[in-house]
Amino acid sequence: MNQPAPAPSAPTLPVSLAANPKLSSWLKFSSSGEVTVSPGKVEIGQGIVTALAQIAADELDIDLARVQMIRASTAVSPNEGVTSGSLSIQQSGRALRHACAEIRQIFLRQAAERLGVGIDTLHIEDGIISGPGNLRTSYWELADEVSLDRDATPGVTPKIATSRTLAGHSVQRIDIPDKVLGRPRFIHDRALAGMLHGRVLRPEHARAQLRELNEDGARAVAGLVAIVRDGSFAGVVSETEHGAEVALNALRKGATWSDGELLPDENDLASFLKAQPSESTVIGKKTAASSGTVARTIRRQYTRPYLAHASIAPSCAMAQWDGDRVHVWTHSQGVYLLRADLALVLNLPVENITVEHLEGAGCYGHNAADDVALDAVLLAKSAGGRPVRAQWSRQGEMSDAPFGAAMAIEIEVDLDARGEIIDWRHSIWSNGHAARPGRAAQPALLAAFELENPFPRMVSTNPPQANGGGGDRNSVPLYDFPSWHIESHRLTTMPIRTSALRTLGGQGNVFAIESILDEIAAERGEDPVAFRLRHLRDERAKDVIRAVAARAGWKPEKLPGIGHGIGFGRYKNTGAYCAAIAEIESAEEISVRKLTLAVDVGEAINPDGVINQIEGGAIQATSWALKERVRFDRERITSTSWTEYPILRFSEVPDVKVEIIQRPDMDPVGAGEAAHGPVTAAIANAVFDALGVRVRDLPITRDRIIAAMDLS
Amino acid sequence: MPSVRFRLNGVELEIDADPDRSLLDILRGHLGMTGPHFGCGAGECGACNVIVGDRAISACDTPLWSVADKDVTTIEGLGTSEQPHPLQRAFIAEQALQCGYCVSGILMSAAALLRRNPSPISREVKEALDRNLCRCGSHNRMVRAVLRAAEEMAAE
Ligand code: FES
Ligand code: FES
Repeated sequence: MNQPAPAPSAPTLPVSLAANPKLSSWLKFSSSGEVTVSPGKVEIGQGIVTALAQIAADELDIDLARVQMIRASTAVSPNEGVTSGSLSIQQSGRALRHACAEIRQIFLRQAAERLGVGIDTLHIEDGIISGPGNLRTSYWELADEVSLDRDATPGVTPKIATSRTLAGHSVQRIDIPDKVLGRPRFIHDRALAGMLHGRVLRPEHARAQLRELNEDGARAVAGLVAIVRDGSFAGVVSETEHGAEVALNALRKGATWSDGELLPDENDLASFLKAQPSESTVIGKKTAASSGTVARTIRRQYTRPYLAHASIAPSCAMAQWDGDRVHVWTHSQGVYLLRADLALVLNLPVENITVEHLEGAGCYGHNAADDVALDAVLLAKSAGGRPVRAQWSRQGEMSDAPFGAAMAIEIEVDLDARGEIIDWRHSIWSNGHAARPGRAAQPALLAAFELENPFPRMVSTNPPQANGGGGDRNSVPLYDFPSWHIESHRLTTMPIRTSALRTLGGQGNVFAIESILDEIAAERGEDPVAFRLRHLRDERAKDVIRAVAARAGWKPEKLPGIGHGIGFGRYKNTGAYCAAIAEIESAEEISVRKLTLAVDVGEAINPDGVINQIEGGAIQATSWALKERVRFDRERITSTSWTEYPILRFSEVPDVKVEIIQRPDMDPVGAGEAAHGPVTAAIANAVFDALGVRVRDLPITRDRIIAAMDLS
Repeated sequence: MPSVRFRLNGVELEIDADPDRSLLDILRGHLGMTGPHFGCGAGECGACNVIVGDRAISACDTPLWSVADKDVTTIEGLGTSEQPHPLQRAFIAEQALQCGYCVSGILMSAAALLRRNPSPISREVKEALDRNLCRCGSHNRMVRAVLRAAEEMAAE
């Protein structure tokens, strides 16, 4: 059959720009010498707003200080979906760079016309456009005559890497001074005129129904404005935050709940996960031209527990009704997506809902930010048009928010007589890793499941492999094994609520792959760095491994009680490359003394910002690997405070060294999730190096080490 | 309603409120002072830390009555935009945070440490901050920033 030859790669717009082509939706100039940039991505402590400002200033040739960044809002911002998956710099950054390049051209054309000179004679410096002799104008002067109410066109070429002056250089983040000076910057610290305070009552036992509610106690509390009840959703609205807390406690005493639903056995997660009904998908398959003879097969099982996002701030939102319109202030990662879900629950057209972003604390994925926004909206219905601020408790944050899904991972490897890998089989059992709002025909927000006419509880799904996958993220090996078969079993029941936590399944899969590889290398008596390099073809991958090995002086001398291990991964198999070497000390507990990392994020726009994110990821991963595990009995989540859900403390934090391999000509990718998998694996491998035992169940605690010793 | 007198960032105050209410609730709810943050309400995270006398304490589990006649310092009293405290300057210079929600409490623990011990070593800084949690993993930068501030203060 004759097919027309594909057009010689017609230029296309970056995805985010194609979805939001109007140039004025990204950028506006003022005649007073400022440019406002309006991205659809939001600041979650990762420094994105600064990196985007750098890109805009660079492409337009203006001083960074002239750039005003606008917070995302459904009223004004381009719709860029969700700020997640380390995609912001890739998506928003590229879109903005292209938009700015085109806008710059538009202004240059206008200036050339006004000044009566050729466009090539013009030059821009801090917004001043100058030509031959004394001819000059500026963005600010031309702002009123140039309309940006037009669509972006494909084919504009942004500056080449070497002529960028800001991108690629470390600059101070623009949000930091406020945060250090204690100025009200977080949503938690904003007060709206006439604002009331709300709290929602939630059951202790999983999914219990509210049977009866005696409101007398709460009614007697000073300052009470309303008690709200709709099915099992109940809450209070008060003049003061203190009053709301007291009323909530009174309401709790008056509540009678049904029995809850049975939770799994926390001590046998693998059996639970494997026994559940599931949907199976083949994620990857590679067949060998000729297969060797199998001399031996090794099979290992790895598990990761449920993990809490455990933001330092409890989730918070504000909402205000005006007739049948509602305005919502939120620290959600996706203002449009949240709006879509609110529209479903409220049965309102999206135009009636404005969702505006205000910064929250780090969320590390889909936490309760969206849930509390619906809480505020429902409570505010009874506030007579006054705004209501709702905030969760620490306990709620640790038990009612979605968790990162527990995983059981089995890897089976066929080895030939020389101990070389000839076939590789990787299977994952896990709940889905995504139940974000705004993506389905049903809402994903907690209160929606509690209403008198409830929406069905959403069962988490996995993003497709093309978007990096979910439970299967990073499960396809980056190594050049002759053949493999990768399979993912996504549970179709969900007794414990799960959704996106940093890396989705990436941390678990990299931990499993890098652990078994280490084991195979050790059995062959081969150096684990050499073994990895021998199985990799991708030079960027090899470079980070070589760089980290050199930086850590691989392999450091063997001392009693001290161990070293390496881990490597490329986030989502398409994002940042990261290799980590851990130095651990084994005493009463395992402590990580030092982490050395090398990363390649393509073009690092703000190198210090990238290092900051990698350091943070490495420390968080250490916390996950050594300490974290959501605890529960058969009725309820029991790890509802920092005592029961400990995270790494200052005295336990390792020294972290990060080396960046700059690649100015490569598209930038995000750094926030690159370190988790490699660091977890490096720690586990270092524990083996020190103690000679393989701990395959996270977190690596003293008990787990003793259990692993008993087994071996 | 009984009243409680104390000094807040150098200013004498008299608060008419139930003396059993938490200092944090008084600061944020009553006085609209949002520098100290709520994180857990149980003395477990340090997001709400303030200095009372010369020690950093968690305001969320400190009853109002217990600060009667004492000096209370919050992040608002540490430095200003025009004249930031050396710690604040150092946190900016080291870019010592990610989301920054934990930072106001951490700065107060660090400030109390530097009052007691103007030239701490790294281990002492970690000990002084050990009751403060940071979920973003900015610990090492924060320790560096505290050491930097101590050096600057010694040089001044
Ligand atoms: S809010 Fe006071 S210690 Fe956590
Ligand atoms: S910087 Fe986010 S919690 Fe510390």
